Amino acid sequence: MNQMTNSPMIELRNVSKWYGQFQVLTDCSTQVSKGEVIVVCGPSGSGKSTLIKCVNGLEAFQQGEVIVKGISVGDPKTALPKLRAHVGMVFQHFELFPHMTITDNLCIGQIKVLGRSKDEAQQKAAKLLDRVGLKAQAHKHPGQLSGGQQQRVAIARALCMDPICMLFDEPTSALDPEMINEVLDVMVELAKEGMTMMCVSHEMGFARKVAHRVIFMDQGRIVEDATKEDFFGTPRSERAQLFLSKILSH
Amino acid sequence: MHGDFDFSVLADSLPFLWTGLQFTLKLTIVAMLGGIALGTLLALARLSPFAMLAKAASWYVNIMRSIPLVMVILWFFLVIPLLTGQPMGAENSALVTFTLFEAAFYCEIMRAGIQSVARGQVAAGYALGFTYSQNMRLVILPQAFRNMVPVLLTQTIVLFQDTSLVYAIGAKDLLKAAEVAGKNYNRPVEMVIFAAVIYFVVCYSLSFVVKRLQQRYAIKR
Ligand SMILES: Nc1ncnc2c1ncn2[C@@H]1O[C@H](COP(=O)(O)OP(=O)(O)O)[C@@H](O)[C@H]1O
Ligand SMILES: [Mg+2]
Repeated sequence: MNQMTNSPMIELRNVSKWYGQFQVLTDCSTQVSKGEVIVVCGPSGSGKSTLIKCVNGLEAFQQGEVIVKGISVGDPKTALPKLRAHVGMVFQHFELFPHMTITDNLCIGQIKVLGRSKDEAQQKAAKLLDRVGLKAQAHKHPGQLSGGQQQRVAIARALCMDPICMLFDEPTSALDPEMINEVLDVMVELAKEGMTMMCVSHEMGFARKVAHRVIFMDQGRIVEDATKEDFFGTPRSERAQLFLSKILSH
Repeated sequence: MHGDFDFSVLADSLPFLWTGLQFTLKLTIVAMLGGIALGTLLALARLSPFAMLAKAASWYVNIMRSIPLVMVILWFFLVIPLLTGQPMGAENSALVTFTLFEAAFYCEIMRAGIQSVARGQVAAGYALGFTYSQNMRLVILPQAFRNMVPVLLTQTIVLFQDTSLVYAIGAKDLLKAAEVAGKNYNRPVEMVIFAAVIYFVVCYSLSFVVKRLQQRYAIKR
């Protein structure tokens, strides 16, 4: 995966964001190339969710630039719905639509946003549900599924839109331990297929297995942005060392 | 003469009372559906980022909620013909008035409902590529509505009872029909008691439905 194409899929240039007086993000810059898998970690409240939500414009920022496949997210002229349709996002708490069946969860975006026919959408949904091993649950409602199953459906829902990249915001941190692996397995497979991924996660096993780079955030800053080998070998900042020793010890 | 009750005249007057009840039900249903539709639009306006729109909707709601319904009914009945230049009839006037009045109350319910939808759901809708209006229609309002069904029904019970206030403009609802029948058969007390029983049965059944819905909802959470 060292031969990346020239222009990055996702680029953040000196992004800063404030909530009133409080600065959540300070001067964050990084790039994600096509096919690259980035793991973002850092203590709670360090701004990881905020950063990842800036990528698809779910959070506005006051300074800097975010560019996704050549399109500026912060530009008021950018049609955000159109951009978001091709940037998949998976949330900590799944966020499946509780009033729809699993199949409808997977079809609604395809039909209403991409303009696919119902048949086409259902075929795609069935294919992706099968892929995440949940074909049998198609007619159920999200509330009838376990957390791990719901999160796999959420990944399938995002994949139905044929995303150019995927954003994950702590996809396994709300799950019971025995369900974490079924979700990580799907993510590993995706990574191996060459999906561009930006994952907020503390699953260091996952990072070691498939990440190309690891970003460490603290107090709204990107403190470390290193290749996986460098990050796990010799993290430069003391804070990252401390953080690593804490999460690797349990 | 009036010492003992005689309900035997009820059977004869039933068809007449039924026409009154029909209007009462029609008024309730029209004001409920129209009020929820208009109230939802008002709620969207109140929650919109456009300050002028939010302010206007908020004024409308607060004014409607601070005037006694009887006054609104009378006022509309007298003013609308002045504005349009033609009489409207008590029944039509009541339909319009109740819809506009109830919209203010349903607005506040729907506003709470919209705010009760988890922020993550809103984010998930946008992340899929929905526009504001798609996200509202497909994700937020269906959940807001579901969450609020018991409260919407409770408001509808109040509305059903309040429809009797159209006596002020002489519209022929259940109460008016009972009054007229009471005069015709010279049995005013029996007729009004009978009307009260009908009001009670309808309200009590609806309350029962609300309670069941609330219980079901409570288990789900
Ligand atoms: N809507 C908001 N208003 C004010 N502060 C917020 C808001 N959302 C998040 N924050 C604050 O911003 C900081 C970063 O939050 P977040 O990006 O969720 O952190 P992380 O995902 O790393 O745990 C936290 O201190 C949080 O309290
Ligand atoms: Mg977070």
